[in-house]
Amino acid sequence: MTSVTMTVNGKSVSGDVEGRTLLVQFLRDDLKLTGTHVGCDTSQCGACQVHVDGKAVKACTMLAAEADGADVKTIEGMANADGSLSVIQQAFQDHHGLQCGFCTPGMVMTAAALLKENPKPTEAEVRHYLEGNICRCTGYHNIVKAILAASGQEVTQIAAE
Amino acid sequence: MPKDSGIGASPKRREDVRFLTGKGQYTDDINIHGQAYAHFLRSEVAHGTINGIDTSAAASMPGVVQILTAKDFEGVGGVPCGWQVTDRHGEAMQEPKHPVLAEGKVRHVGDPIAMVIADTLEQARDAAEAIDVDITELEPVMDMKAAIKDGATKVHDDLISNLCYDWGFVEENREAVDEAIKSAAHVTTLELVNNRLVANPMEPRVAVGDYAPGTDDYTLYTTSQNPHVIRLLMGAFVLGIPEHKLRVVAPDVGGGFGAKIYHYAEEAACTFAAKQCGRPVKWTSSRSEAFISDAHGRDHVTKIELALDADHKFTAIRTDTYANMGAYLSTFAPSIPTWLHGTLMAGNYTTPLIYVNVKAVFTNTTPVDAYRGAGRPEATFQLERVIDKAARELGVDPADLRRKNFIKPDQFPYATPVAVEYDTGDYDATLDKGMEMIDAAGFEARAAESKAKGKLRGLGIAHFIEACGIAPSNLVGQLGARAGLYESATVRVNATGSISVMTGSHSHGQGHETSYPQVVAEMLGIDESMIDIVHGDTSKTPMGMGTYGSRSIAVGGSAMVRATEKIINKAKKIAAHLLEASEADIELKDGAFSVAGTDKSVAWGDVTLAAYVPHNYPLEDIEPGLEETAFYDPSNFTYPAGAYICEVEVDPETGKVDVLKFVAADDFGNVINPMIVYGQVHGGVAQGIGQALLENCAYDENGQLLSGSYMDYTMPRADDLPMFDVDHSCVTPCTHNPLGVKGCGEAGAIGTPPAIVNGVIDALHRAGHTHVSHIDMPLTPARVWAAMNG
Repeated sequence: MTSVTMTVNGKSVSGDVEGRTLLVQFLRDDLKLTGTHVGCDTSQCGACQVHVDGKAVKACTMLAAEADGADVKTIEGMANADGSLSVIQQAFQDHHGLQCGFCTPGMVMTAAALLKENPKPTEAEVRHYLEGNICRCTGYHNIVKAILAASGQEVTQIAAE
Repeated sequence: MPKDSGIGASPKRREDVRFLTGKGQYTDDINIHGQAYAHFLRSEVAHGTINGIDTSAAASMPGVVQILTAKDFEGVGGVPCGWQVTDRHGEAMQEPKHPVLAEGKVRHVGDPIAMVIADTLEQARDAAEAIDVDITELEPVMDMKAAIKDGATKVHDDLISNLCYDWGFVEENREAVDEAIKSAAHVTTLELVNNRLVANPMEPRVAVGDYAPGTDDYTLYTTSQNPHVIRLLMGAFVLGIPEHKLRVVAPDVGGGFGAKIYHYAEEAACTFAAKQCGRPVKWTSSRSEAFISDAHGRDHVTKIELALDADHKFTAIRTDTYANMGAYLSTFAPSIPTWLHGTLMAGNYTTPLIYVNVKAVFTNTTPVDAYRGAGRPEATFQLERVIDKAARELGVDPADLRRKNFIKPDQFPYATPVAVEYDTGDYDATLDKGMEMIDAAGFEARAAESKAKGKLRGLGIAHFIEACGIAPSNLVGQLGARAGLYESATVRVNATGSISVMTGSHSHGQGHETSYPQVVAEMLGIDESMIDIVHGDTSKTPMGMGTYGSRSIAVGGSAMVRATEKIINKAKKIAAHLLEASEADIELKDGAFSVAGTDKSVAWGDVTLAAYVPHNYPLEDIEPGLEETAFYDPSNFTYPAGAYICEVEVDPETGKVDVLKFVAADDFGNVINPMIVYGQVHGGVAQGIGQALLENCAYDENGQLLSGSYMDYTMPRADDLPMFDVDHSCVTPCTHNPLGVKGCGEAGAIGTPPAIVNGVIDALHRAGHTHVSHIDMPLTPARVWAAMNG
């Protein structure tokens, strides 16, 4: 077992992990931050997307030990300080960008990373950036709209289309 | 002006807040104190005899609690099948035993052989690797047509053959159909494959079994679309636990699409093992396991013949289908290629004679059952493809050929020759709407633009009908269902006027927590925020059959309306007493009861309080309290229909197909929440495009799954899809349920595949590749290029 210490959503946490323990297992099983989901075992689906030192990372592609000393942000840390939904989260609700909700945390984390890199993406850029996140419910239509809306761009209201 | 509340409004979904903040409670998020972890050792070969299983080394490994194999399940029932199909000779289908863990033989890659339970998941996995299974491999049965030839290797030694059933429908029409095809002016024939798919809800399956020795109560937490069905099947047929000692909870469920309808062996194994080892037992499927253990969908091989007269009216349809059942019969598997497929073969058309033959076949593959649409996509695909081919052969416009044969609005109710009666529809309206949305008039100009870029543009048209709102219990009972298919609701009005609605249907993405309160709020004239929906727990909800077959609002919503009507009736009696008026004079409007023609009224909250604090109350006439339950059994299916039209562009250099425009013009009857309905169609269309262009569940000749991960099975990604233009403004309300609703969940997956394939064939023909009459799905670049250059 190895001791790890990291900052998760602004709080310092530590724990003992096996060498093979993945970051996503440490988040879910040890820290009980179950908002980060596991949808595959080949690093394809993106349901476990988190931010590590400000960069989007699939938490199944990183060992917990590798995250020792890192600054990790998960979906539980994405709301505003007063608990209200952040701009991206609110856009997902406004534009019905989620159905079953399972891929949603990863989608929100990816969207946040995209808008940090590219504050006004085109529709094609949004679709390309989402290539590593699979959603089976929405057909991506409303996810793309939500992200464009979160970037401050005009999109049609959901009920009008 | 769009409404901002009630029926027809699109309030934001209340469930979204927890999902967007990581506070959803999915089954894998549930951890019970002291739980152990299960890992299933699964067969790596498709077919083999188990000579022995040596668990001795594994049993002594660190953390191992218990290892179970088939011998530990002696006296436990097999995983049951919920539907018995009768074949064309009046004989019952062949029904093999489906043991919880493989007994004597393994029959598909992924068949569970041993269950290892340990303190941690890693320990369970490590121990599973130390189990020595001695298997003699047998020839795998993979090809359906070869499988039912004399002398073929059998999947189940105790069955007569690999033929589950040979079903004919309508058997009495067989000769008349043959005769009509013989004497037809034109017959179009098409052979096709409806490709095998994996449903792939993003949340893999999970089961957590728990047992309380002090009370002899069992609890199963599971990723299910229908927890009451699981309780019934597992309790009564597998483990012998009476319902009152078994609670099944399906909390937040991350998508289903059919794959989470069925009772699976892992659910029974975890529940059984929890008592055996005295600890809660949790199993979480990996995605790799999901590919080999979740029931698959589709997998039909079909020949369809369409006969037309000289005036291009359809005179007969004959189809021959081989339907893959896989190695065992999943819960509803036998009903999919039969009653959910043959009964839809009339489509939107007036074809007077139809005969459907289906041979269901056992193979050494994962079981096949319903996947979004279930039988109806298979029917629609062959019908809409053969009509397109006929139009091409006859040199007529494919839209016009459909219009010529549509059932017309004045023909409803319309009894088809395949045993169903459509209540309403206006197919000309939906097709016209779709053609307008795609701007069919501007197509030629856009095709010329594509051509200038060296691309081939095609216009693909399909029209579909489906039977939803499953189903009238007495009818499905005659057809072999071993269950009723009603739905239930309990409306519990609390003393201060807030309401809990307990529904037997289940939401796993459909947004019931938002849309159901819209209905109750509209009926009572109170605010939606006063109403909560409770679902997914057999200890809290009345017996209900769950969510699949686009049935929730049509059947579950109707039960909720009936229960709410009972509430209103009783509340009016209480109000009449409080107002010292006649019950007949009481009106409910905007959340208040008033005496007609007067200014006397009493508020909703005063009536509900009186029901629970009955100091001034007609106790001699009615009981205190305000809680009502209704069970709703539909008198017919509902029949959504619509036009699915697309423009595709083929790159002749590579064969790659891009979907440039996609429109859907649906008639769903009345719509409760348009936002949610749009979203349902978007998702269905994406899955339909997935089937048509990307997805394929492929096995090699040894029965090894070639497409067993997201590296190999091509899930649609955001950059594979366009924005969709969807509409449901054509409305012919359902005539037999109280809300006039039809259901929308499966439409996209049904109407889309033939539209895409028709579009690609159209593009190729316009470019002179007239030898290409069909390409089997998925239309990968390699397949399209080969067809063009073949």
